[in-house]
Parts: sequence; C-alpha cells; structure tokens
Amino acid sequence: MYKATQKTFNLPWIDQGLDYLAGDRIVRQLGGFVQSVIVPLTALAFFLMLWSVGASQVQTSLGQLPGPVKVWEQGKALYQEHKEERSREAAFYERMQKRMDKAIAAGKPQEKIDKIKTRKYTGVPTFLDQILTSLLTVAFGFAIGSVIAIPIGIMCGMSPTLYRAFNPVIQVFRPVSPLAWLPLVTMVVSAVYVSSDPLFEKSFLNSAITVTLCCLWPTVINTTVGVSGVSRDLLNVSRVLQLNWFTKTVKIVLPSALPMIFTGLRLSLSIGWMVLIAAEMLAQNPGLGKFVWDEFQNGSSNSLARIMVAVLVIGFIGFLLDRGMLMLQRFFSWDKNAVLR
Amino acid sequence: MLKHFSNNKWGTRIVRHIAAIALVMTSSPVFAEIGEPEKEDLKFGFIKLTDMAPLAIAYEKGYFEDEGLYVTLEAQANWKVLLDGVIDGQLDGAHMLAGQPLAATIGFGTRAHIVTPFSMDLNGNGITVSNEIWELMKPNVPRMADGRPQHPIKADALKPVVEKYQQEGKPFKMGMVFPVSTHNYELRYWLAAGGIKPGYYAPHKGDIAGTLDADALLSVTPPPQMPATLEAGTIYGYCVGEPWNQQAVFKGIGVPVITDYEIWKDNPEKVFGLTREFTEKYPNTTVRVVKALIRAGKWLDENNNANRPEAVKILSRPNYVGADYDVIANSMTGTFEYEKGDKRSVPDFNVFFRYNATYPYYSDAVWYLTQMRRWGQIAEYKPDDWYRETAASVYRPDIYRKAAEALIAEGLVKAEEFPDFDKETGYRPPQTEFIDGITFDGTQPNAYLEKFPIGLKGKEVL
Repeated sequence: MYKATQKTFNLPWIDQGLDYLAGDRIVRQLGGFVQSVIVPLTALAFFLMLWSVGASQVQTSLGQLPGPVKVWEQGKALYQEHKEERSREAAFYERMQKRMDKAIAAGKPQEKIDKIKTRKYTGVPTFLDQILTSLLTVAFGFAIGSVIAIPIGIMCGMSPTLYRAFNPVIQVFRPVSPLAWLPLVTMVVSAVYVSSDPLFEKSFLNSAITVTLCCLWPTVINTTVGVSGVSRDLLNVSRVLQLNWFTKTVKIVLPSALPMIFTGLRLSLSIGWMVLIAAEMLAQNPGLGKFVWDEFQNGSSNSLARIMVAVLVIGFIGFLLDRGMLMLQRFFSWDKNAVLR
Repeated sequence: MLKHFSNNKWGTRIVRHIAAIALVMTSSPVFAEIGEPEKEDLKFGFIKLTDMAPLAIAYEKGYFEDEGLYVTLEAQANWKVLLDGVIDGQLDGAHMLAGQPLAATIGFGTRAHIVTPFSMDLNGNGITVSNEIWELMKPNVPRMADGRPQHPIKADALKPVVEKYQQEGKPFKMGMVFPVSTHNYELRYWLAAGGIKPGYYAPHKGDIAGTLDADALLSVTPPPQMPATLEAGTIYGYCVGEPWNQQAVFKGIGVPVITDYEIWKDNPEKVFGLTREFTEKYPNTTVRVVKALIRAGKWLDENNNANRPEAVKILSRPNYVGADYDVIANSMTGTFEYEKGDKRSVPDFNVFFRYNATYPYYSDAVWYLTQMRRWGQIAEYKPDDWYRETAASVYRPDIYRKAAEALIAEGLVKAEEFPDFDKETGYRPPQTEFIDGITFDGTQPNAYLEKFPIGLKGKEVL
C-alpha cells in the first residue's frame, strides 16, 4: 500500500499515516512520523509566531499589518460574504419565479415568460467565484499555449534547420514581461474580436492570451531539448524498421521525450499562474488578481488582511496545480521506476 | 343663451362637447402610462464614491426590478474610462460629474451628445490639505471663542502659504478628479476667492493642462488614489468627494479645511448621464430608470435621513464603495470631521432628494458653463442665448417630469415633493450663498462672469 500511494501522491505523510493505521512496523513508522509530520508542524508554528510578532511592529497607512489571526478572520468573512451573495441570488430567483407565475396567470405571451425564466442574476462575483474564474482563465491560456508550443518544440527538436530558424525569436520573446504584452494584446483583441454577442469577455481573452504568450516558452524549449535528446539507438531502430514520420514521432520520439515535455509543462503552468495574477490586475478580469487590486483601491481597514488571504490562496492553488501536473506526469510516463519530484 | 341652445338637438350636442372639452382642459394634464421598457438588461457604471448611493439603493431595494429593469452595476477605474464606456455603448448610463455631459456635448474632451434627466445629489465634496500645509495655514485662520478654527475657512488663509512655496521655488500642486469635474470648479472658485490664481486652459492653442499663469497647479488624480498621493507629497491638497476626505483624517494623512456646502450652499454635484441616442431609442426605459432613481433618492432622505445607516452598510460592501463603515458613516449621517477630533454637524453634507435635489435645473448647467468659460475651457465669448440653448440640449427636465408624474399617479411620491411642473422654468431664483458673496443668476451668465476679479470675462481670449 505504501508503494502504491507513494507512486501516486508522493506525499509521505499520507503514506506513513496509512501504514501507521495498518499497524505495520510501528516503531519504524513512529520515527518516520515524527520526522515528516512533527518537524514541519513545529516549523509552521514558529513561522506563524514570527509573522504575528513581526506584523504587530509594522504600522501602515491602512492600519497595522495583519497577523495570522486577522487573516483567518477575513478568510471566514470572505466565505460568509459568499454565502450571503448566494442567498441574495436565491431570493432573486424566487422573485423571478413569482413574476413568472403572475405572468402565466395573467396570460402573457410565451416569449415573455421564457425571458423571465432565462433571466440571470446580476450580482457580484464572490471570492470563490473569482478563484474559479482565475482557474478557468489559466487553464484556457495554458491549454492554448501548450497546443502551440508542443508541436513547435517537436519540430524544432527533430529538425536542426527549423531550430536555427526559430531560436532567435524564442530567445528574444522569452524574457518579455506579461505587463509589456498586455497593452498590445488589449489593442489587438479590441480590434479583432468584434461581435455583437461575444462568447468570451474581452478581459478574459486579454488575460488568457497574455498567459499564453508568457508560458509557452518553457514548454517550447524543454520539448526541443527532450526531442533532440532522443537516444541514437532508438532512432536507428526506427530507420531499420522503416517507420513513417508519424509512427516514428508517436511511438518513439514522444514517449522518450515525455519527461522533458512534462518538465516544460510544469514550468509553464507555474509561470502561467504567476503571470495570470498580474494580467488580471490590469485587464480587470474578475479573478484573484482583480480581487487584490480592488481591495487595495478600497483601502478599508480589512483590506490588507484580505489581500493576504488572497496571497495564501494563490500560493496554495499554485502548489495544487503543480502537484496535479506531477500526477499527470507519473500517469503518462512509461518508466514507472523513475524518481519524479 | 344656454337655454336657447339646449332647446334644439344640435345645441345640446354642442353644449355637451364644449362642457367635456372644458372639463378636460381645466383638470390636471392627462397622464399617459409609461409603456414597457424596450431594453431590460442594463449596465450602469459608477465611481467608488459615497454619492453613487442612489444607484446602489435602487438596485438593492428592488426599485429597478419594480420597473422591469435588470441592472448590473460596474465600478469604473476612473472618470475617463467611465465616460468612454458610456460614449461607446459598453455602459448604458453612468453616475457622472455634473460637468461631464456638458463638456462632452460642447466638445471639450471626447465629443458626444450626452444628456441627463436626473440630478443625483447636492453637496458632498471637501477640500483637504496635507498636515504640513495645515500647520502653516492655521495661524492665518481666525479662531472661535473655544479655540477651534472659525468656519468657513477661506483660501485667504492659504494664500501666504502658496506665496511662501513660490518664493522657495516649489510648485504648489493640488489634485482634483477630472478637468470638467465639480471638484475642479469648486477648488478653483475657492482659490480664486482667496486671491490665488488656479490657472487657465487654452484649448484653442492645444494647452489643456489648465496651468497657464497659475499660482496653484491643479492636476488630475483618481479619487481612490488621492490619500496615497497626498501622503507621498506629490500634491499638497485635493478636492474630492467623500469618503476620501474623511479617509485622510482617519489615516492621519491630511486635514479637510472646507466642504463645498460652505463654498456654494446646496450646489449640484453628480448627475445620471446617458447618450442622447439611448434616450431616443429607448424612451420608456429612460423614464423608468429615472423613476427608480427618484424613489432611491427619496428613500435616502426619508424621515430626516433615518435610512442613512442602512445605506452606509450597503455602501461599505467591497463592490460598492468598500471603505470602512465608520469612514462613510460620518458624512452620510450628518457630521464631518475637520481636524482630528473637530467634528461639526453638517446635516446637509449629502442631499439626495430634499430641496428638489433630483430636478435637473438649467441654471445648474449654466453655472458649470460659466465656470468653463471663466477658466478658458470655453475659449471665446458666447452670448447668453448659447448658454441657454446648450443647457436645454443637455439637461432634460422633460424626461424627469414624465417620471415624476408616473410616480405621483402610482401613489409612490406625493406631488408636493416635486416642484410645480407647470410653473417651473428650470432656472432657480438668483443664488446668493457663495463663499465670496457674489450672486448667481442663471439667466444672465455673461453679467455673472463680469463680477469675478480672477477669471476670463467678456470677449477675452488667451
């Protein structure tokens, strides 16, 4: 059981906890337990104490820097506000239901009744809604980036000529900050994406495209390196078997290059998540970036604590995204014995 | 004679018809019911200021829904973004500075025909200076018996400070929120009344900075960033709406020295602006929007401001104004804190309905136009007729009247709470309660301009 969970989750404390419950090698487990659970917890407690003491020393114009307690309170307050908004939404739909019943009783035309039925609540996005929007935006931007980057990487890896052609472009655009891309992206999207009933909000597209532009470079580079590093022996095998181009790519090149490709994807996703917050702040996409910006602009005495809640949530989600990619990598990797961190 | 007429068949008919017509003509005007709204999904913009309250209340209390309108309220980053949003149609209407529809229609800034059928509030602004400036001003301010500064504090107390800074070679910078904002004109009015020149605009020469021949240099800063800019020392004072003056006191960054109530008692402040195309394309929708807003204004002032605490609770939500409850509550519940600890009663700091606050008076429009001329935003002389016609094309009391009459017919507002529409010309009687004592008569704009020692007048061109 230890081996199975370790391979999937790579979180030793779960595995050791399970073993402890199963009663295996109790003494050994206890030692391991102390090491992998007590030590981090102690360090965490020490960090919280340091934060609390340090924060009480700093007075800003928005009030004292919030310590862990205030941040926790604001976290609860945000959840409370989410629940209140949901109940307001429920009240709205109840009112719409009453309106619909009245309209049916009064014999209004069917199209009017349908309009009432499909009317959406015009409330504000809550903190949880904003988390979801951020996740969707980064997923969209990352997906587009990967779909562009992986084929380019494969082509560049397999053909030195193409590599020499693309390399200058890649090296020049790689270090460009998302904040520099954003005005260009905004202008282009405004000019090109004109539609009377748009599927996507402009702010969503601006943020997602900025994420794409910043996060495709690690994938391109790592894919190129991975593909060009395919073992000579394997390529010889494909020549001997006279495999066509497509089978060679899918059966030999890709599986061999997969670890590097996934490394690239993981790097891209973490960069994409960081870029997203900055892009949202400027593009005003209703996600976590906009939350932080709005709280800063509001300048209420709770603002700093709420911003810290957002910072912690951003960090935690980034961690989860990375772990998620790692799990995917293990799933796709053919070499189950390789150690993946 | 009637008896003779009623003796024959035709006579009876004619008498009956004359009687019917006479009855209709002498009774109150026939009220036509407002039709269904043409556009039900609306998006309105606002800036995070206390006086966006009528919009928030109309939404939260369901007044928009009662009219069959489903509104999304969206905070805008600054006044320029807001105005652009209305002009290019992304926003159907917005909480606007009283000068914005006028400036847009006459072409100062982006040109577009914006109209306003509803005045959102009176008063609501203040001028705040930084702590250092206040320390330098204090000796020049006369004291009351209890030692506190005597109000209103005129800019005469600031003049020696400005001169001192000029001698030291430091430009005296102040902030306001927008070139055609009420804050800009009130700040300039206050400075000029104290003998400080606030600078001229020369748009015909391409100079729209507004700092020609200025003792105090005025520049634009978005309201939420004003306290931070004051703290950083980039500006020495600003004129802005609430809650940003009280915010400065709470955070210990600055001291409000005067409210616009003391500069011009019951001055018009914000309006609800829409494009003319919108009002022509969706007339029923426009009237219904005004109906909902009138009800919201009435609720805000009801029972001597009894509902204000609830309004403050709504406004302190992060998506409306977001500042702390206590910061907003001060001005909304009738007190204003000047120096820290010096709280004075200003019950009419924000007026949303009483004194006919919601009626779009032409004379208010004319005042703003005269100030635009005074400071050069209108570059050359305009005859009195021009002021009258421009005001009439932008301010729309006719739409307001339709909305008010619908509300009276529905029994939601009493007729006494509105001006007498049959007699109302749209021009207030001459107003005298200005800080410099000059009387404003909206029907004589050029004569008014002649009265100012500082400012363009007559045929002057820069």
